[in-house]
Amino acid sequence: MLRTLGEYVLLMFETFKRPDKGPVFRRQLLVEIIGLGIDSISIVAFISVFTGAIIAIQTAYNIDSPLIPLKMVGFTTRQMMILEFSPTVISLILAGKVGSRIASEIGSMRVTEQIDALRVMGVNPANFLILPKITASMLFNPVLIVFSMVVGILGGWVACIVTGLVPSVDFIEGLRGWFEPFTVTYAIIKTLVFAFIIASVSGFLGYNLKGGSVEVGKASTRAVVVSSILIILFDLILTQLLLV
Amino acid sequence: MIEIAKLSKSFGPHKVLTDINTFFEKGKTNLIIGQSGSGKTVLMKCCTGLVEPDEGQVSFDNRNFSSISEKKRREIRKEMGVLFQGGALFDSLTVEQNVMFPLNMFTDKSMEEKLDRVNFCLQRVNLQNVNQLYPSEISGGMMKRVAIARAISNSPNYLFCDEPNSGLDPKTAEVIDQLISEITLEYGITTVINTHDMNSVLQIGQRINFLYHGQLWWTGDKESILQTDNPELKDFVFSTELTRRLR
Repeated sequence: MLRTLGEYVLLMFETFKRPDKGPVFRRQLLVEIIGLGIDSISIVAFISVFTGAIIAIQTAYNIDSPLIPLKMVGFTTRQMMILEFSPTVISLILAGKVGSRIASEIGSMRVTEQIDALRVMGVNPANFLILPKITASMLFNPVLIVFSMVVGILGGWVACIVTGLVPSVDFIEGLRGWFEPFTVTYAIIKTLVFAFIIASVSGFLGYNLKGGSVEVGKASTRAVVVSSILIILFDLILTQLLLV
Repeated sequence: MIEIAKLSKSFGPHKVLTDINTFFEKGKTNLIIGQSGSGKTVLMKCCTGLVEPDEGQVSFDNRNFSSISEKKRREIRKEMGVLFQGGALFDSLTVEQNVMFPLNMFTDKSMEEKLDRVNFCLQRVNLQNVNQLYPSEISGGMMKRVAIARAISNSPNYLFCDEPNSGLDPKTAEVIDQLISEITLEYGITTVINTHDMNSVLQIGQRINFLYHGQLWWTGDKESILQTDNPELKDFVFSTELTRRLR
């Protein structure tokens, strides 16, 4: 465990060095933003819309007491989307989609000696392969998460109108009430930490892979599992540090 | 010239290389031969720095490569071209982008100059109309040639080839051998080839190093190898029907 942690830290030292060539790094970054970020928009939108709708409907069904105003549905949907669903659950989904992609991509390069080829060319492979992925994730995941918040809340609002459970006016009033802007900052801080975990852990597991193609599959699965566990652990730590 | 002095390497209790002392000459095709498991690949990896030797050192034109920082090593590596056994082409890049890769990383040439160089290198390895193809779309022999083109694109001083004709048919293997030999002479490169193919040995072996159980057992050229009295080398050289008939 300690040895793995040490190897991870050493790899991060290698990764966070000045890129050999600025234009090449910027090109790689753009490729990764498209591959890891823009390609994830549709899945994020789909899941967020439906989850927002489900949160709104479930909240509306569970409000039995006439003392609780219906605007609480809008308030609850907003709070759940901003505080937990968008930053944490979407990050878990991205750990599955993006984490496995990073680990298998870098792992395949290890197996087919492409990483060795980079190294003997005089390129720092960790810096060349992992840094653009970490940077792209940390730049674009907050965009995805804010997008997820907006789309999720929109989904909840549409669900309320379509089902007729909550009048639009009440939903919007709840949505606007008792808003604490720090909750968005909190969500973005969490997202940045989770983005780093997903890209760096998956990159590490792919980069340090030993063996053949079977190991690529294993590394890909491990990347998802380890990233997910770390996301949940850091969710608890960050919530305690930032909200309590 | 590449010099190897007192080089040893073990993996756990298993000693792979023992006290290797040799040199690889400039402008010549230097071969490392031996049976599978004799330590050829480990020796080549020690030369390129992919494996750290336990003892001894490797020098490139009197520049010590073994006991310098990774940053300084990177400078020497920029003078190396390496042809891996499987080609190790970047599968997400086209043939053109693969060959252009070292130029993008280490030169400030304009796109036009880089394209000229890429086309020159591809023509040099007898490849045409493949620029926009991906490695998965070309044959094994073509992959090796693209890998050679990539290895020479930045005009290296040292060329390492790990079993360049493994998995190829005899005719294509001969073409690859000939190509490496020509490029070595043409550009005065120090070329090191790791092989156990006797056709290659007899065709391009200007200086041959025979490894046996991790030790340097014999050194000579392609003419002297057929007259050797060394029993282990004889056993290796005349292990095929073809070489036995030749004898």
